[in-house]
Amino acid sequence: MSTAPATGVPEHPALLWRNPDPKPSYDVVIVGGGGHGLATAHYLAKNHGITNVAVLEKGWLAGGNMARNTTLIRSNYLWDESAAIYEHSLKLWETLEEDLDYPILFSQRGVLNLAHTLQDVRDSVRRVGANVLNGVDAEWVDTAGVAELCPIVNTSPDIRYPVLGATYQPRAGIAKHDYVAWGLARRADEAGIDLIQDCEVLGFTTDGDRVTGVRTSRGDIACGTLALCAAGRTSTLTDELGFRVPLQSHPLQALVSELLEPVHPTVVMSNAVHVYVSQAHKGELVMGAGVDSYNGYGQRGSFHIVERQMAAAVELFPVFARAHVLRTWGGVVDVTPDASPIVGRTPYENVYLNCGWGTGGFKATPGVGWCLAHTIATGEPHPYNAPFTLDRFVTGRLVDEHGAAAVAH
Amino acid sequence: MQLIECPWCGPREEAEFSYGGQAHVPYPADPSALSDEEWAHYVFFRDNTAGVWAERWMHATACRRWFNAVRDTRTHAFLATYRPGDPSPDLTAAGTGAGRG
Ligand SMILES: Cc1cc2nc3c(=O)[nH]c(=O)nc-3n(C[C@H](O)[C@H](O)[C@H](O)COP(=O)(O)OP(=O)(O)OC[C@H]3O[C@@H](n4cnc5c(N)ncnc54)[C@H](O)[C@@H]3O)c2cc1C
Ligand SMILES: [Zn+2]
Repeated sequence: MSTAPATGVPEHPALLWRNPDPKPSYDVVIVGGGGHGLATAHYLAKNHGITNVAVLEKGWLAGGNMARNTTLIRSNYLWDESAAIYEHSLKLWETLEEDLDYPILFSQRGVLNLAHTLQDVRDSVRRVGANVLNGVDAEWVDTAGVAELCPIVNTSPDIRYPVLGATYQPRAGIAKHDYVAWGLARRADEAGIDLIQDCEVLGFTTDGDRVTGVRTSRGDIACGTLALCAAGRTSTLTDELGFRVPLQSHPLQALVSELLEPVHPTVVMSNAVHVYVSQAHKGELVMGAGVDSYNGYGQRGSFHIVERQMAAAVELFPVFARAHVLRTWGGVVDVTPDASPIVGRTPYENVYLNCGWGTGGFKATPGVGWCLAHTIATGEPHPYNAPFTLDRFVTGRLVDEHGAAAVAH
Repeated sequence: MQLIECPWCGPREEAEFSYGGQAHVPYPADPSALSDEEWAHYVFFRDNTAGVWAERWMHATACRRWFNAVRDTRTHAFLATYRPGDPSPDLTAAGTGAGRG
């Protein structure tokens, strides 16, 4: 157990894993040391006993979206395919702390997805029905119910977009993203998996329909199987491999306030006015909105997005008007045409793809790690990731979560 | 706020514009001849360049005209804007080192 007992604070991450030099060859090479790459490594070892594995990270572990996201975890998606994989993930979150033997501050404080128009209300009630049929905890609460669950929400009828009610998922919540990454990394390292930082994959060596190895900034590494977990930078790798993926990489921003007294007991999301807010354990208000409209790899976005998000936040939470912004930042998210991920096969026999989680893949971290590890170990997709193929854009079997679910994050 | 040069109105704030994705994607010449796969690629697949590429913008709150821009997606810097129908400027001449980053 790597917790300093008196404080509950985990050890410095540099002490949690070795920093090995790459070996010449591995059974499995995972590109990307974010949450998904690390979770895949963890479950390869834990569920399948596969440990001759390297995770190659061009920067530092979790320096991409993993430690830039706003940590919302929920499973109240509309379609059966989405509900299945996100609910699988939520169930894993519920025991992840014991599994990792590491504090991750997983807090099931519930999420309210606000409805502001009659169409929002109809869509929300429909989604609650779909969730319940899929075994996902969900209920519809009216305006008074919102006020009861989160007293600081402005439920006056006299605002631009009055709150007509909300869906509520009590088991939803937040976790501390960097602790999650460190806990997964520590476990993978203990199992003998090499986590290799400062190691950028620059190209590939191929033999027919197989990839035989990766060219990296730290030399060539041979691989039996290759898994791409590079999130916003996936296209740069698939371009090298010579196949197309329907992704567009966008900036996605977030911000935090200074540390405040606890005022916000749950998570509130509003797609209509485009803001969502939770309060982190330390006390800062954590807020996000939608993507910047343009493609961008710069890990930052435009200021007017932040301005609009703050206007929406203050309208919904008048008490925030005097809070100060402490920090804003951005990540690069990989968005697909149907707002669902792509997890599974590629035109190469031994290459698996995991991408397209866009603005909402943190919540999927354990779930997708579990499913991708299964896919790698058995050569067959797990039933939960089987619908999320690359070829659905040709067959037309889309999983259209755009506007269907409470889609953001 | 970032300024974008509308080829008709001149430099304006980014918030006045809406985005249209990759530029110069031609409508299929013989649509009925396309396979499902070719249609899928026309409808859903676009380049996702990390580097210099050409994209479409629309000046939504003013002249409401579409135009093209060349921008570096790594830095978000605009290198050129030009009217539809005009050729895409020669990027190598601009010394931008087009490519991925
Ligand atoms: C501001 C913001 C808020 C968000 N909020 C939420 C939220 O509230 N809830 C939610 O569920 N999701 C949220 N997300 C989305 C979530 O963060 C991502 O979907 C998820 O983190 C993606 O998986 P990952 O952790 O593996 O990605 P990343 O952490 O980005 O991992 C990918 C890694 O691959 C590495 N890499 C890329 N190319 C190469 C290469 N060539 N060689 C080696 N390494 C490479 C990168 O450096 C990076 O570390 C948010 C994202 C952002 C940016
Ligand atoms: Zn104009």
